[in-house]
Amino acid sequence: MTRLTVDAAVVGGGLIGTWTALFLAKRGRKVALLDKGYIGAQSSGVNFGNLRLQGRHPAQYPLSMRAQALWEDLENLIGDRCEFDPTGHLYCAYDDKETEALHHYAEVSEANGLAIERLDGAALAKRFPWISGKAVAATYSPRDATANPRLVSPAVARAAKALGATIIENCRVQEIVARGGSFELRTETELTIDCGQVVNSAGAWGAQIAADFGETAPTFPAGPPQFVTEPLPYFLRPSVQTIDGTVIARQIPRGNVILTGYPRTASDPVANKAPVPPFKTLAGMRHLTALIPKLQHAHVIRVWSGIEAYLPDMIPIIGPSATTPGLIHAFGFCGHGFQIGPGVGLCLSEMIIDGTTPTPLGAFSIERFRGDVAASEKFRKELTRCRSFSRNCEICA
Amino acid sequence: MPDHRSGQMRDTVGRVQFHRVAQHASRPVSISFDGEVIATREGESLLAALLTTRGSLRQHEFDGGRRAGFCLMGACQDCWVELADGRRLRACTTLVEDGMAVVSQVRQKGDVA
Amino acid sequence: MSSVVIVGAGPAGIRAACTLVEHGLRPIVIDEARLAGGQGYRRPPPALSLDIKRLMGSEYGKYEALHRDFDALHDKIDYRPRTLVWAIDGNMLYLISDGRPSTQTFDKLILATGAMDKVAPLPGATLPGVFTLGGAQIALKDQGCLIGRHVAFVGSSPLLTLAAKQYRQMGAEIALIADTTPLKNKIRELPTLAKSPRTLMRGIAYQAQALASGTPILSGVTSIAIEGATRVEGVRVTTASGRERTIACDAVALGYGLKPETQLADLAGARFAYDALFNLWLPVTDADGRAADNLYLAGDGAAIGGADAAEASGALAACAVLTDLQIAVPISTMQGLRRTVSRLRAFQRGLAGAFAWPRHMIRQLPDDLTLCRCEDVSVGDVRTAMRREFAPVEINRVKAITRCGMGRCQGRVCGPALQEIVAEAAHCSGTAAGRLRGQAPIKPIALAAGSEP
Repeated sequence: MTRLTVDAAVVGGGLIGTWTALFLAKRGRKVALLDKGYIGAQSSGVNFGNLRLQGRHPAQYPLSMRAQALWEDLENLIGDRCEFDPTGHLYCAYDDKETEALHHYAEVSEANGLAIERLDGAALAKRFPWISGKAVAATYSPRDATANPRLVSPAVARAAKALGATIIENCRVQEIVARGGSFELRTETELTIDCGQVVNSAGAWGAQIAADFGETAPTFPAGPPQFVTEPLPYFLRPSVQTIDGTVIARQIPRGNVILTGYPRTASDPVANKAPVPPFKTLAGMRHLTALIPKLQHAHVIRVWSGIEAYLPDMIPIIGPSATTPGLIHAFGFCGHGFQIGPGVGLCLSEMIIDGTTPTPLGAFSIERFRGDVAASEKFRKELTRCRSFSRNCEICA
Repeated sequence: MPDHRSGQMRDTVGRVQFHRVAQHASRPVSISFDGEVIATREGESLLAALLTTRGSLRQHEFDGGRRAGFCLMGACQDCWVELADGRRLRACTTLVEDGMAVVSQVRQKGDVA
Repeated sequence: MSSVVIVGAGPAGIRAACTLVEHGLRPIVIDEARLAGGQGYRRPPPALSLDIKRLMGSEYGKYEALHRDFDALHDKIDYRPRTLVWAIDGNMLYLISDGRPSTQTFDKLILATGAMDKVAPLPGATLPGVFTLGGAQIALKDQGCLIGRHVAFVGSSPLLTLAAKQYRQMGAEIALIADTTPLKNKIRELPTLAKSPRTLMRGIAYQAQALASGTPILSGVTSIAIEGATRVEGVRVTTASGRERTIACDAVALGYGLKPETQLADLAGARFAYDALFNLWLPVTDADGRAADNLYLAGDGAAIGGADAAEASGALAACAVLTDLQIAVPISTMQGLRRTVSRLRAFQRGLAGAFAWPRHMIRQLPDDLTLCRCEDVSVGDVRTAMRREFAPVEINRVKAITRCGMGRCQGRVCGPALQEIVAEAAHCSGTAAGRLRGQAPIKPIALAAGSEP
């Protein structure tokens, strides 16, 4: 048996885990990151790659803005751009009611220091002539960006390792034993880790770890149905999203257009499967051509999804355990963890080293699931009804 | 990097790739390639109609080279061509239809369509 | 009545349909092609003045019988040509026909999806004028065209000489037949090949004819490169004796045997196992073709066996369906079919042993060679990505990081070679390198197909 003693152990080598390890290592802390499989193999590696700032949950803006500054400095931080591209983000409304919601989101964004341009139908048609006349208004945020999720986690892991972090793949943690101020992590391999603090960044598998410490996290595994087209001439510079969530699309400079969209699809973390129901692919094709008619002749060449953990109020769990000092949770990112990932890593490193972080994270405490939980309208609509994979699901039609 | 002029030059010096050894006794069908009219017959595949009159079908998106298809059975997806009306067709499994106007896909990376 | 769907109207699909009809069922037969027959028994368009009898040679009788029997089924089956099955979800097939989407449920599904050529990347393989060996034959049968006037047939396959013979008959000049298989390997497998003496004799006859006509036939070449700046101008080979030869030609037909089209089987839930002889992941079935609940595989899409095995295995899979539907089938019929399938597939395994996939050669391919034709990923790109820290070591991760196998064809063409490059770089077996997973749509589908009601 091998024993390793570190300051902090991080369980789960996705975006959150690798960024946390990086920031801990940067400040000289001894950190070990363990993953049951490969670095960035799950939703961290297969998500859409949006670094979207518009339309986020109001409580998340301080964290989001802090994270975006880190993304903008990615090359300095980890020595790799990971196809980071400040594409801007166009948020579109199809009717007056949606326009009202759009402008409400814009006010929240602006209150948090984000510059937003408001475009009416005429301005939209002039500036983005490929968009359908169905879109009557839009807001444009130039600071929103995109990056390649497949590349990020391994690149952050490399940077963390270069700063001294210990990173071990294919090492499932079997049991975490808390012993008055310290922890012992037993793994399926020969390795046992002793540490003062533990970060639970195990994504869709994180709720089980919380449960082991007597904490409730009502996560539901799901993923977005996504597809990619064949390469096309590059024309779609900003990432584009309809406010109803049916279209979230971007084009990479190689030419492929990628689509994700609501509603999500149930996935299976036990069998490690995230199937995309074909009727959802057809719906996505329909929604995308409704927004960008010139794409009607493009071909879909591949679909995929991921295994993400969703929570009923559609915001993640970030913060200390309510039962076990030294344990910090960061999971259940409800499909929007990519953008805030580096910010979360930085905040967790501050909590571990400084005992506190300047970024307000109170809204994300796991304690909120002690009592009755109000499910967000979005969660209710998207996930509870789609649980059965029903092709007759009314919101998929 | 795809280059518009060299792409066209390469194609004009190209030879005919396919050689017809059996004739279609069917209705004449007229298609075009970059504006040049091609006389074909009903029942001909778009790929055969193009390769019996030129050396290649398209320019590859990434390596800039010309391509003329590969598997001819709809599996390798290396013979997709574009029509002037925007439609994209797999040439080996598509039959010619009157008025099909194929445009060579020569474009530069970063071109705004 | 239970709905039985057959996907593919080649020899396996047709014989499955015939068997089901004989027992009173009315199967749905879905096929991507306009005309039935599959690839090998492809039927030329009616107005093409092609002497198909001469082209099919000794196989014409079977070709003719197959098409005659299928034509006789026309009012007894629900035949849907020009229809792509692009996804499977539970017992529902997702179809696109003439640009319009639809669905079809099934109680029992027989997949007879056939095979395509297995190819290895070569220098110059993306040049206009390089086609697969199967493609060269389809150009002839389907379109009455030769892929060139001076054609080289290269790779590792007994079909090199067969295709060359057809090309010579139709007026082409055969520039070269070059096989990476050493002559001694072919001789070593003679006892296995002798299990199907008729096929063996055909192979020997083709070879003799090619020799007699003065075509250079090279066995055991150790390297093949296609030359030309913007089109095929020649083939450069290193012969078994180490001599380098360049032979002028204007087209190349390339083939290393066949590779099952298993994308739909994958989506339908078949299990796969790595076959160290074929160096491919093949679906696992029982002797009758059962792959999962209500899923049956037949023909070359299940296991490479050739056209005769495809016919027998199609009939056998249909018998399995009938048996599972509690419809009696004579035991002797099934036993006979099982023996035929097993004998012919064993013969093909012998061929695969003789005409081996040049694994060692592929693993040593130079870095600058294009591996993925769709996404323009080189052998070196894959090796470089795999050398990095926290690098992918499993083939689907390699695909995610390098885009190799991520393009329009979804790794159909580069997959087998990628498997070798990954196994070599990870110092592991083909099994440990992992299997490229299939994803819908199994072929590109136009966004416009989602717009129809």
